[in-house]
Amino acid sequence: MTRPTSSMFSRELAGEALRQSFVKLDPKYLIRNPVMFTTSIVAVLVTVLFLRTLVTGQGDPVFEAQLVLWLWLTVLFGNFAEALAEGRGKAQAASLRSTKAELEGKRLKGERTETVAASSLRAGDIVLVETGDLIPADGEVIGGVASVNEAAITGESAPVIREAGGDRSAVTAGTRVISDWIKVKVTAEPGEGFLDRMIALVEGASRAKTPNEIALTVLLTGLTLIFLVAVGTLPAFAAYVGGSIAVPVLVALFVALIPTTISALLSAIGIAGMDRLIRFNVLAKSGRAVEAAGDIDTLLLDKTGTITLGDRQATEFMPLSGIREADLVGAARLASLADETPEGRSIVALAGAGETMPGSAAPVAFTAQTRVSGIDIGDRSIRKGAVDAVLRLHDFDPGSVRELKSLTDKISRAGGTPLAVADGNRLLGAVYLKDIVKAGIKERFAELRRMGIRTVMITGDNPLTAAAIAAESGVDDFLAEATPEDKLELIRKEQTGGKLVAMCGDGTNDAPALAQSDVGVAMNTGTQAAREAGNMVDLDNNPTKLIEVVGIGKQLLMTRGALTTFSISNDVAKYFAILPAIFVALYPGLGALNVMNLASPESAILSAIIFNALIIPLLVPLAIRGVSYRPQSAARLLVRNLGIYGVGGLVVPFVGIKLIDMAVSGLGLA
Amino acid sequence: MEHIVVVTLIIGGTALLSLPLGTYMAWAMDPGSTSPRGTRFTALFERVAGPGAATGQSWQRYLATLLMFNVVMFSVSFAILALQQHLPLNPDGKGALDPTLIFNTAASFTTNTNLQHYSGEVSMSYLSQLAALMWLQFVSAATGIAALAALARGIAGRETIGSFVVDVQRASFLVLLPLCLLVAPVMVLLGMPMTLQGAVQATTLEGAAQTISRGPVTAFLTIKQLGTNGGGFFGPNSTHPLENPSFWTNALAMIAIILVPMACVWMFGRIIGRMRHATVVFAVMTLFLLVKIGAAVTFEAAPTAALTGLPVAESSNLEGKELRLGATTGPLWAVLTTSTSNGSVGAMHDSLNPLTGLVPMAGMWLNATFGGVGVGMINMFLYIIVAVFVAGMMVGRTPEYLGHRIEAKEMRLAVLALFVHAFLILGGTALFAATPWGQSAVQDAGAHGFSEILYEFSSASANNGSGFEGLGDGSWAFNIATGIVMLVGRFLPIILPIAIVGSLMAKRRAAESSGTLGVEDATFGSMLAITVVIFGALTFLPAAALGPIAEHVSLP
Repeated sequence: MTRPTSSMFSRELAGEALRQSFVKLDPKYLIRNPVMFTTSIVAVLVTVLFLRTLVTGQGDPVFEAQLVLWLWLTVLFGNFAEALAEGRGKAQAASLRSTKAELEGKRLKGERTETVAASSLRAGDIVLVETGDLIPADGEVIGGVASVNEAAITGESAPVIREAGGDRSAVTAGTRVISDWIKVKVTAEPGEGFLDRMIALVEGASRAKTPNEIALTVLLTGLTLIFLVAVGTLPAFAAYVGGSIAVPVLVALFVALIPTTISALLSAIGIAGMDRLIRFNVLAKSGRAVEAAGDIDTLLLDKTGTITLGDRQATEFMPLSGIREADLVGAARLASLADETPEGRSIVALAGAGETMPGSAAPVAFTAQTRVSGIDIGDRSIRKGAVDAVLRLHDFDPGSVRELKSLTDKISRAGGTPLAVADGNRLLGAVYLKDIVKAGIKERFAELRRMGIRTVMITGDNPLTAAAIAAESGVDDFLAEATPEDKLELIRKEQTGGKLVAMCGDGTNDAPALAQSDVGVAMNTGTQAAREAGNMVDLDNNPTKLIEVVGIGKQLLMTRGALTTFSISNDVAKYFAILPAIFVALYPGLGALNVMNLASPESAILSAIIFNALIIPLLVPLAIRGVSYRPQSAARLLVRNLGIYGVGGLVVPFVGIKLIDMAVSGLGLA
Repeated sequence: MEHIVVVTLIIGGTALLSLPLGTYMAWAMDPGSTSPRGTRFTALFERVAGPGAATGQSWQRYLATLLMFNVVMFSVSFAILALQQHLPLNPDGKGALDPTLIFNTAASFTTNTNLQHYSGEVSMSYLSQLAALMWLQFVSAATGIAALAALARGIAGRETIGSFVVDVQRASFLVLLPLCLLVAPVMVLLGMPMTLQGAVQATTLEGAAQTISRGPVTAFLTIKQLGTNGGGFFGPNSTHPLENPSFWTNALAMIAIILVPMACVWMFGRIIGRMRHATVVFAVMTLFLLVKIGAAVTFEAAPTAALTGLPVAESSNLEGKELRLGATTGPLWAVLTTSTSNGSVGAMHDSLNPLTGLVPMAGMWLNATFGGVGVGMINMFLYIIVAVFVAGMMVGRTPEYLGHRIEAKEMRLAVLALFVHAFLILGGTALFAATPWGQSAVQDAGAHGFSEILYEFSSASANNGSGFEGLGDGSWAFNIATGIVMLVGRFLPIILPIAIVGSLMAKRRAAESSGTLGVEDATFGSMLAITVVIFGALTFLPAAALGPIAEHVSLP
């Protein structure tokens, strides 16, 4: 996906958002947000009263006209915030959709192919995709090998290999085959593919309210009802002293008190949270998953690529006693000449210059069964590989086996991986392959620990090696010699203890664990099964991102909480602006409550309403960007956010309303 | 200086006493399986409760039993009050009562409110006082304590929330009765009457004939104070010389007002196994209490407005005080009785300076600092849920309370409970302020009269029972309206929190870590205090402005 470079308030986005602000005035749409719906009803009511004032000539048309204007602006600003948040995704969706529109597939019918529109392809159909073609539908490669450019989805232009079987068989609609051909069995029905889901996601069309959003809406609606009672009873109270309160003034108080600020920004916050993930090249399948990410207690991290650099490096040759180091170095080098893995190349590099591969040599490749590789030169067979696998090759001299074992244990304990080297039936020694722990990872884990998140390293290494790397990287716990079943078991165990678990995975055998975990991030290079099982897909295939995903989830909730606090604490100042304005006619002494010394009752009411409306667009950048977030313990986060948004929410409106009042009265508006 | 000493001794001393009492109450209400004596009591109570009591009830069954029990209590008391003229223990021959007054009084005592639209010594037979009213003072208080124990068990993550019939026996026989038996003899020794004989005929020094009412005052007073009931044996309540004979009965009575509500917080902490959390809650409640006492004592230091311009020495407001008990006792008692949902009075609230009068009202609006026995802590639980929800988001997690996730369902119930309290007070006040029902009942015009109506409905909804007085509240309209308000204001705030806990119990409990919101530190305490102010008090600011504040600013 191309990352949008336009700024938050680019002209086109703002223009479209402006148009959408009016489109969203549709009551069918507004009703999804009870507080804003209530505000719009109030706006309609005041508009009608204003028109009546115009007709009858009783009342203050200038004041009421301004009230009407600002009440409608309050609603429109809310719509605008949401439209702006959606707008950025919409632009992406449009380009994805145009890709989708031109998709065609060559469906195989017996020996012949027929060209059909992608939309008529059903799950189970088989299509042929050749050089230059766009893959028409999500599917599984069942024949051929091709390099595929997936830039349309991932933004990464380096082509990837897709072939039948294994973990690299999944292909995505909209990506392009740039060489060779593949036969693809379609796995997604029309409209349910990855591309469709992405379009829906970035557009926000499939955005259902998340559980926390629903709960917050309940709280805000409840507050609205409570304030309805508080304001709705005032006419009766006024009647008791023989006074009355004008309806426009009364509803102004009501709108000022109900939590319009957070309600107006609520959906923008949610959309922006999803959008932050998308910009981060992670696709969440639901907003629920983003929230769950903030709740994670345990992170399962694969060692390779996340905690350590992907490749292990040979750092030392360790010959057995009685073996010359040069013999070990030479043999290890020969055995690695044909080995194109990073480990093999690092052995050759460490060994330095030496003999070239003899013409008669026959390389022996690594297989999952033998777990050794090497070279046969005539009848000399040199092998290197995992210690137990090499030992299984021959009945070696028991003395040297013992020595080798103590040598390799030492390497394991130090966090390295030992490779045994044998020349025929003679054990030569071991190569010390070292895992390089990523720079800065220890600090990241310390941060996570402060946030109360436990990290567990998952590795296929033996427990000794795993323990050493765990200690070096500062991870809290590790699962060594992990099988997919072990992973699943671990997740279940953590969950029984009430913890939420996140993990990432790519292989088909990861699918059960991905499905079991609360946040499962599937690598985009992964299998279709893994991508289906996870609730997020990482387009960059970078497992370290799991840590950032947690941060994005937390930031989303914090933004929501901070703006709720801000919105509610604003009420204190609004009371002090409007109450004296309303009551001073009943009891002149209540003018003493006018602590802000606002110019006139009309100006006070207008200023509160203008503040209430203007604070929405002013907070839009914060809602979309999210509150600043650094990993900290919950206690410190609360102190910080309560300080900024709670105390700020108390103080800011006093200042803001006073300033607006000076402007309003200065301009003679009231 | 005298103020500070009295307040420190009474509040500090009671706080100290409440700690061991809370521990005892946790044992009494929730003995667990380790205590052999507790097990014996439990076995006895379970036998009374009938089969199935040992396994506990679902929260729905618990609530159903609680309501059934209260319906029966209401009906029996209604019958006794309605038939008192035909029943024994009526040495002074008290007559029939008005039907709406019977409804109001039965509702009032069933709901632990003890709003009294009558004067006991004028209207009630001894049987009515003892069998209907005093009995209800016991069981209504026991109902509150039982509900809190059930709530705490649910939060603690027990299998069930317990059995109501067992709980109500525990609260009556192990908590309230022993406490009363401890306090009552002291009161008798200090000169309070306890007799079933009728009124005394006396001849005054001037030679006039006087009828002095008396009766089983001590028994009545003791549970009235300890169970946050507040219904006086005599009309003037604890300002009557036989209901509050001396400085020492006065001090002991004030301690008795606040003791059990304070202990309830510790009991809650013990049952959920989180004493540090209970300490934070206790501290927040104490903070509110002290602020209110400070405000009341300060406002009351100004002379009454009635003396303005008169050639008299300036003093603090002495109108409506029982000066034989000391000048501090008036405002202090007023705060204590309204901070808890007690409602007994030690001074005339109608005579308090306007802003002082606001303080008791604020206590009833919050109704959770310390609140009624059991229910005060339950009310605070609602504020805790809201505070946890907002604070939980601010730390970046789905809000949790002690590992229980707070979601839409819990929020709906909590907000409904807070809404009901505001609706009953403001709605009731609005209805009566705008109609002759209220307008013709007030003694004073203007803001003070409005305060009288506002106070009446605040008192009814908070199940407090004190009166501002000066209000002709004995009309059928007030009897019926406040009767309904008391019933709704009592049972919904018990039903809804227990439903919340029922919903929490059905969910998987989350583990706690340094990433989850802590509810055991000062930060959370501040959050809770802010929530109480914003959700509890802000709603009532317009009403306060038109009542006590308007009266204050209109003073000459």
